[in-house]
Amino acid sequence: MLEQKQKESTKKPMSIWEYANPTKFLRLSARLLPVLWICAATFIVGGLIWGFFFTPDDYRQGSTVKIIYLHVPSALMAINAWFMMLVSSLVWVVRRHHVSALAAKAAAPVGLVMTLIALLTGAIWGQPMWGTWWAWDPRLTSFLVLFLFYVGYIALWQAVDDSDAAADLTSILCLVGSVFAVLSRYAVNFWNQGLHQGASLSLDKEKNVADVFAYPLYMCMAGFILLFLALVFYRTGTEIRLRRIAALIARERRVI
Amino acid sequence: MRALLIRDLRLAMRAGGGFGLGLAFFLIVVVLVPFAVGPDTSALAVIAPGILWLGALLSCLLSLDRILALDWEDGSLDLLATSPLPLEAVMGVKAVVHWLTTGVPLVLAAPVLGILLNLPSQGIIWIMLSLGLGTPALSIIGVFGAALTVGFKRGGLLLSLLVMPLYVPTLIFGAEVARRGSQGMAVETPFVMLAGITAGSLALMPIACAAVVRVNLR
Repeated sequence: MLEQKQKESTKKPMSIWEYANPTKFLRLSARLLPVLWICAATFIVGGLIWGFFFTPDDYRQGSTVKIIYLHVPSALMAINAWFMMLVSSLVWVVRRHHVSALAAKAAAPVGLVMTLIALLTGAIWGQPMWGTWWAWDPRLTSFLVLFLFYVGYIALWQAVDDSDAAADLTSILCLVGSVFAVLSRYAVNFWNQGLHQGASLSLDKEKNVADVFAYPLYMCMAGFILLFLALVFYRTGTEIRLRRIAALIARERRVI
Repeated sequence: MRALLIRDLRLAMRAGGGFGLGLAFFLIVVVLVPFAVGPDTSALAVIAPGILWLGALLSCLLSLDRILALDWEDGSLDLLATSPLPLEAVMGVKAVVHWLTTGVPLVLAAPVLGILLNLPSQGIIWIMLSLGLGTPALSIIGVFGAALTVGFKRGGLLLSLLVMPLYVPTLIFGAEVARRGSQGMAVETPFVMLAGITAGSLALMPIACAAVVRVNLR
């Protein structure tokens, strides 16, 4: 039977939509997950060790520059997690694949934690560098707003009992929220210039980071991307199984 | 559409609460601020535009759950959804009614409360203009929040949590207009941006509102 199925799948041209089938998705993720976990762990551990012990201290920032290896990758994933949720919400709204909705649900807490890590490491970095834990800099502020969006999104998932309705409501919230998140990003830029004329706490280190720091940073970024993928695959699998259990329990009740 | 507008207005007027409560809340916020930050008039003058905007936003937020909750409870929302009127238009009318019963009184009350906060006199016109331009956006975004949480058992807090991040751009630009206006600075850019946000959300949000209500009525 398994062979037969495999034949079927080889007959058709491969398409990403095949993985909208929960069984196929689970089979794929079972095959991918070990690889992803191992790669993510290698890249993160390798990148961090390289970054922490084998790069020189910055001449102005001292050792605090090493926070970059956690700060930048988590910030990167905080934004991209929301972007991934936006895409899979769109897929749910347009094509109504359950796996897609569940993937968005699974990604939200990961993105929330990434946002928190970015904010916290940023604060720890900001203390020695700027002399303050927090400044209402545009980037910091827009991350705080992004954090609020994550909290609202997760709260809405938990508030609705019917899972399809919850998926619908949260995807529409995600679509609308994305528009307003982008608006906030630019509004905040504008607002801060209005407040502090010329004060430029530019966080854009990417431009003048030396190669010595850049390579371990790229490694950490790759590691965080892999970690995010692994977590999303894992959590989506959990959600699919949870829903199956719920369906089984419901069927059992009907029989009795 | 006009019948619905008149019906909702009449309900809002007679049921009490909506209209008066929002204003009273606005008054209380503004009165409490000097107690919290001290009676120094120059400090109050600096924060007055922001406080007025924040107070208006909060009293808008307070009245949101009433927009659809009553119609949901007595089943008239189902009737409205099946009526020949498109649901998008119904949502638009709901926003207009909310703006007429909450936004307009807030705009009219703002100058009086501005005096309490020692708002510079040149700022009064700008606070009225910015609130007048911004509150329609607050109303229609609020209708979206109300539509998301209609029929929830404990929707109130969730509603605030969902709507507040959506209010950020409107608040930033609105308060910026008022702040710059009261200090006699150029206001064109935030003013145009605020107008853009209002126009954009008035055009697009009814679609999102209607989609969400359809899900919740299923």
